[in-house]
Amino acid sequence: MTRDRNLAPTGAANPESTFDLLRELVSHLREKRTELREEWARRITESRLLTAMTREEIFAEATTVYDNYVAVLETGSVEALQAYARDLSERIIPRGVETQEVLGIVLLLRDVLARSLFKKYQLDFNLLNRVLDAYEPAANRIANTVAVGFVQERERIIRQQQEAIRELSTPVLRVRERLLILPIIGLIDPQRARQLTEQLLRGIRENRGKVAVMDITGVPAIDSAIANRLVQTVEAARLLGATVIVTGLSPEIAQTLVTIGVDLSKMNTVGDLQGGIELAERVLGYRVIPAEEGVPRSH
Amino acid sequence: MAVPILKQGHYLIASIQAALSDKDLVQLRDDLADLVGRHRARGVIIDVTALDVLDSFATRTLRAIAYMTKLRGAETVIVGIQPDVALSMVQLGLTLEDVFTALDLEEGLSFLNERLQMDGRHGS
Repeated sequence: MTRDRNLAPTGAANPESTFDLLRELVSHLREKRTELREEWARRITESRLLTAMTREEIFAEATTVYDNYVAVLETGSVEALQAYARDLSERIIPRGVETQEVLGIVLLLRDVLARSLFKKYQLDFNLLNRVLDAYEPAANRIANTVAVGFVQERERIIRQQQEAIRELSTPVLRVRERLLILPIIGLIDPQRARQLTEQLLRGIRENRGKVAVMDITGVPAIDSAIANRLVQTVEAARLLGATVIVTGLSPEIAQTLVTIGVDLSKMNTVGDLQGGIELAERVLGYRVIPAEEGVPRSH
Repeated sequence: MAVPILKQGHYLIASIQAALSDKDLVQLRDDLADLVGRHRARGVIIDVTALDVLDSFATRTLRAIAYMTKLRGAETVIVGIQPDVALSMVQLGLTLEDVFTALDLEEGLSFLNERLQMDGRHGS
């Protein structure tokens, strides 16, 4: 500890000196702006980071990040950088930029700048040490801020998408008078299963549904809890006076259901959605035969 | 509270208006068994729209009514089970097997018409 203090006064021990050093650092980085920025952009391309972006875009972003970086070193406030990191993430996430790339470029910048500091202060080891002491915590904080900003933005997008999927996930559609279809795409988790049951029962009630075709072609797999839940849904629908026809059971799901021994005897199953709708129409059609007979044929 | 039972053509309609005690349910069962014979009814509709819960006793009694009226020559259809009620029933394993159900009174009537071929168009 004593040695540390002699060699390199920390910020707490000697705020004046750290502040001055950072000032000096900032003016150095400002001076070398063009050179270092180009060096950084070159190393980004070399390391094959940000391959989703063009060279010009990388250079433009690099310029902004560089200026933000220097500004943070100067003011010590990461707020502007945080906002920029969020904004940047918003722009580059849809283009498929990965977390390690963002982290990689920020660390590269840190290295590029550190190198330039080495070069500048190589003759005075003590001073170099002090400069690095001032520089490193700030640089790490910046890397941290950008990475966290990126990850948070990603998480926000994921949450948003989950929300959107949840809302879209279980539409109950009326295709004919009294005939509903319920196309299910994607994995069914317990929450979605619950939502599906509620939507279907409500849909039957509201649309006076008599037959509902539940198509699970788009469901990759099913476990026993979900399978039982589906059976319950079918039974509940029957209590409301509606028949549910399940269509599109994949070979895997059929096998799973047989293996786990779910009782499917109460379920009407048809191979595909078309067959399901045809069966549903037959079930309904036999109720509407008189009306159909009454319609004059056009040919 | 006793359940009013209305006669409509060949059908009896029992419209439950409020939550029933077990005693009321038994009363309903006995009344229906009696009235089916007396009116020579061909169909019975029990409307449970007003009920927000159907417990195991109620379910069992409804099933008993359906079987009993069947033996006495009338089909029974339960109408108006609410979505929430239906869901909690299946979760409790009360599924009213072999008992006909329909969405509402209108559906129940058209079901019986079809089932019993009473519809004017079908003749018989």
